[in-house]
Amino acid sequence: MRISTIKYTVQQGLRNIAKNKMFSIASIATMVACIFLFGVFYSLIVNVQGVMRNVEESLPVVVYFEKKATDKQIQDIKNKLEQREDVLEVKYVSGDDAWKEFQKVYFGEDSDALTGFEENPLVDSDNYEVYMKNVDSQDEVVEFASELKGVRKVRASATAADTLKNISVLLATISGVITSVLLIVAIFLISNTVSMGITIRREEIAIMKYIGAKDSFVRAPFILEGILIGLIGAIIPLTLLYFAYQSAINYVSVNFSLITPFIEFMPVGDVYRTLLPVGLALGVGIGFVGSFFTIKKHLKA
Amino acid sequence: MIELKEVTKEYSKGIAALNGVSLKIEQGEFVFIVGDSGSGKSTLIRLLLKELEPTSGSITVMGKELGKMKHKAIPYYRRRMGVVFQDFRLLKDRNVYENIAFTLRVTETATRVLKKKVPAALSLVGLAQKYKSYPKELSGGEQQRVAIARSIVNEPSILLADEPTGNLDPVNSWEIMKILEEANKRGTTVVVVTHNHEIVNAMKKRVITMQKGNIVSDTKKVGV
Repeated sequence: MRISTIKYTVQQGLRNIAKNKMFSIASIATMVACIFLFGVFYSLIVNVQGVMRNVEESLPVVVYFEKKATDKQIQDIKNKLEQREDVLEVKYVSGDDAWKEFQKVYFGEDSDALTGFEENPLVDSDNYEVYMKNVDSQDEVVEFASELKGVRKVRASATAADTLKNISVLLATISGVITSVLLIVAIFLISNTVSMGITIRREEIAIMKYIGAKDSFVRAPFILEGILIGLIGAIIPLTLLYFAYQSAINYVSVNFSLITPFIEFMPVGDVYRTLLPVGLALGVGIGFVGSFFTIKKHLKA
Repeated sequence: MIELKEVTKEYSKGIAALNGVSLKIEQGEFVFIVGDSGSGKSTLIRLLLKELEPTSGSITVMGKELGKMKHKAIPYYRRRMGVVFQDFRLLKDRNVYENIAFTLRVTETATRVLKKKVPAALSLVGLAQKYKSYPKELSGGEQQRVAIARSIVNEPSILLADEPTGNLDPVNSWEIMKILEEANKRGTTVVVVTHNHEIVNAMKKRVITMQKGNIVSDTKKVGV
């Protein structure tokens, strides 16, 4: 394709948008809403998943030993657990460690409250903390560990992880439905905008065909129009969201300092590493699909 | 150059706009096709442009049988034909220069070539001074001259004109005919559909008369 042809196509594409202002603005606005919501949900899901991962990594299955368990048996338990693919780490916690940790978590600096305890009440609670790669395998690990020799009790606490997992699935479903609906609306609006442009320029298209324009030459400006609408409709919300995301993190950190120790927000750069290309591709894709099939339908002959 | 063999075109069943028309036009000819409305003249033009397909019969133009032409080849075929309409069909939002350049842009001609050909076409139709004007600032005759310049700027082998003087007064009609004659002298085969008998009689060219989808007379065949 010649440079002059590319220049011509771009000029005509921009002209179509300008000539057709109201429709173009409506299409861009819908795209903005679509991509913005997509971005918001994506950011939420990514963060929930981040929290989930933290929780999964910090929620061990605790394996207690029988009183008469030999050192060899205890070592065996560790070896067998470590051989499992879904196990990340097996950590030995002695009764003393457990007591120290308990004191730290529940009493903190207030050592007066502990004066009644002369001896370690957790002396028999030597255990392994088994950390898993994925919380999904928790049940299996619990079952596996329960059947090992020398194991007295296995304790798992999946409630928190389960809740988070449900939230994440719910968010994904809601965002999927809303984004799909908006996506269809956006395609429909872009298709309408392009149809409008074709109607306005019907005469010009007819002349083009008489003087020997190839189909691709006639179609290119309209497809470009759709792609530009999609692109603008993606750049605006992605830019807005970039700043909104950072403000939101700052706001939550300042105003909800109670929960921030438990939540580690994903940095905006990490979120955008995926969101930016996906958002842009979505915009351009919707623009292309909306215009391509419309022009194909209208300019068959 | 153009050959029709037993061409019939029915828009709806049983009603023929063209009824088994056979016709031969040689390279470099200047031919008038005359007839009342509904005689099939415009259908003939649209068939030659491959805008319509004949119901039966075959059309061969510049050695190519149109019925066998692939969709992709149509633009290249049309680039070798110029076409002029009664209602000019100029782009109202573009000036004279851009209207003429449009043909070359559509055919993806290099800008350097375009800059030479557009002024040449403009001076051929006598509108070199008005290249910046917009269609609405021009008279009907001037608009039709722009349309002709647009149709000949890429030096087509055949020029089809469908009632080119239909909206013009006699003076302007003559101007248009002179331009078409000039294009013909330069080697373009010209086919003019009209019902302006004055012009047809004065030009002394081959005249094909149509009536109800049939050719009823052809001055070439009768030896004029």
